Amino acid sequence: MVKFLQRLQRPSGERPGAAWWAFIVIAAVILALLPQTLGLAQLLDLSVVLVLALLALSMSFLWGYIGILSFGQTAFFGTGGYVYAVAAMNFDSTTLPFLLGIVLPMLLAAVLGYFMVYGKLSDIYFSVMTLVITLIMNKAMRATSGSQYVVGDVRLNGQNGIPGVPPLQVPWNPEVTLFIDHVYYLAAALLILVYIGLRLLLTTPFGRVMIGIRENEQRIELLGYDARRYKLLAFILSGALAGLSGTMFAIWGNFVAPEMFGLDRAAEVIIWVIVGGKATLIGPIVGVGIIQYLTSWLGMQGVGQVTLVLGVILIVFVLAFKDGLVPTLGNLLLRLVGARPEGHIKKGSDLKKGSDV
Amino acid sequence: MDSLMVYVYQVAFSFSILILISLGLALIFGMMKVINLAQGEFLMLGAYFCVLGSNLGLPLWLAMFAAGLGVGLVGIIVERTVIRFLYGRVLDTLLATWGISLFLMGIVTTIAGPQSQSVPSNMGPVNFGGLNVPGYSLVMIAAALLMLVGTYAIWRFTNLGLLVRGTMQNPEMARALGTNTSMIYMFTFGFGSAITGLAGALLVPLFGASPTMGSFYISKAFITVISGGPWPLIGTVSASGLYGVIDGVVSYELSPVLAEICVLFVAVVMLRLLPQGITGRMRKGI
Repeated sequence: MVKFLQRLQRPSGERPGAAWWAFIVIAAVILALLPQTLGLAQLLDLSVVLVLALLALSMSFLWGYIGILSFGQTAFFGTGGYVYAVAAMNFDSTTLPFLLGIVLPMLLAAVLGYFMVYGKLSDIYFSVMTLVITLIMNKAMRATSGSQYVVGDVRLNGQNGIPGVPPLQVPWNPEVTLFIDHVYYLAAALLILVYIGLRLLLTTPFGRVMIGIRENEQRIELLGYDARRYKLLAFILSGALAGLSGTMFAIWGNFVAPEMFGLDRAAEVIIWVIVGGKATLIGPIVGVGIIQYLTSWLGMQGVGQVTLVLGVILIVFVLAFKDGLVPTLGNLLLRLVGARPEGHIKKGSDLKKGSDV
Repeated sequence: MDSLMVYVYQVAFSFSILILISLGLALIFGMMKVINLAQGEFLMLGAYFCVLGSNLGLPLWLAMFAAGLGVGLVGIIVERTVIRFLYGRVLDTLLATWGISLFLMGIVTTIAGPQSQSVPSNMGPVNFGGLNVPGYSLVMIAAALLMLVGTYAIWRFTNLGLLVRGTMQNPEMARALGTNTSMIYMFTFGFGSAITGLAGALLVPLFGASPTMGSFYISKAFITVISGGPWPLIGTVSASGLYGVIDGVVSYELSPVLAEICVLFVAVVMLRLLPQGITGRMRKGI
């Protein structure tokens, strides 16, 4: 139990044990049974949490595994959504658009990542550049309201976004399209698969080198690994994940808009990850759930300015609960059972302080 | 020759906007390696303070000046209550200032409403080398240059400026020599914020004030500061010069959005070549 709690918090290179697999199975069963008890509206809300959790994972994977803080995952999220929307409205089938919605953001991440990673941008420059990229993409998308901005048969519509994005068809039977509950099952399955995949990635040699880079990049380079290559590959993978999330988002809402690239969305991603726990994989998923619930609850209470509350949450978490909810609660549980909390075993961030600027 | 004058005007205007929106950010970054993600909201606050001052009956110029002072005060409060605890934790300061940015955006929208407000400058068009341009834009160009010269003068010729530069170059040594570096940091943050507030106020007659105006400028400001590198004054001037030319020419020929994309493209390629910015390799500077 103690080991399980520790591993749940900080991704390590060890092979996951039986407890972890049991946790996955229980989570999968719960997700599979939930539609029995929920109405369609609640299912819709839950689906978007699952879809956005993929986006949160794409960021926390970069941050927690390899130590890159990307503020601009929304650039790939938005690209994925737009690519799916435009392609699905141009082609008859939706299978190829679905794949394109993952592959094109990946290519974008490869190009941008090459310049930033191989330029050896320091952490802070990297974070700010990724943010700038998504903001400018947002602005560019907003500027496409004229009738000359057409891709195939689809007008980009600028600020208004593209409505009526076709639902996903079953690849081997295009007659059948996915309905709300099917989208929910697809999102849940994708999330669980991605979660397992990312966790198992850590046990591979590639994953161990990534952890090494997080702990001490210089030492990994001295050992003969090209850290830049690993960082770029991780960035591309996270771009693909964010693209997948964006594609699913377009399928979920039948709608894409420039807000997918926007500052508010980018800030939300950060808040999910910070609140849930940046160095973990389960934390950000929890974070998405909490924040999404909180924002809709605040909306119902008539609080007009949700951003104000989110801002305060972000400041408080950075100042007081740096590790996020899941690790903090986990450490508390560990203390209760009398074990040494994870935070005392490793202080990787202290080692890295010198290379931060 | 007319088209040449158009280019000169466009470039000078883009250059001055870049200087206005990024100088305060660059000073704070150069000094304490803090990228203030709330830069856009400090601009926005400056704009709102200016509108408020002018609604209270202050003359426009005085309202702008007061706006600068007001935002400087806000900056000092932010530094003392949040940033102070995060020195040395670069990424955490990014996140905390992002929180401040959201907070300020929310609070201004709550108080002033989401609509845009403006104060006219009451200046007609002016002949600029055979070209009819808004008179106020010339004021902005002049103000940007004045701001540069003023900052340079304070840093170069005053005692306080000496302490600031000393702390920037070697904080431990400055502390050992009896400088209260914490106060210097507070002052620099306040000074950078005040400049940003003044810049935001200067933007009001042309662009108005709205709660989300910050996000319109921050991408350019960040690019300028990051490309400029560690030495704030030289870095900002050279990066603004480079991007001012690109932005001015492309906005005029094609569109402002394309200009911004071009600037981003050049910045990404340039950071591949000079990852620490234009002044990254300079051992001495200001």
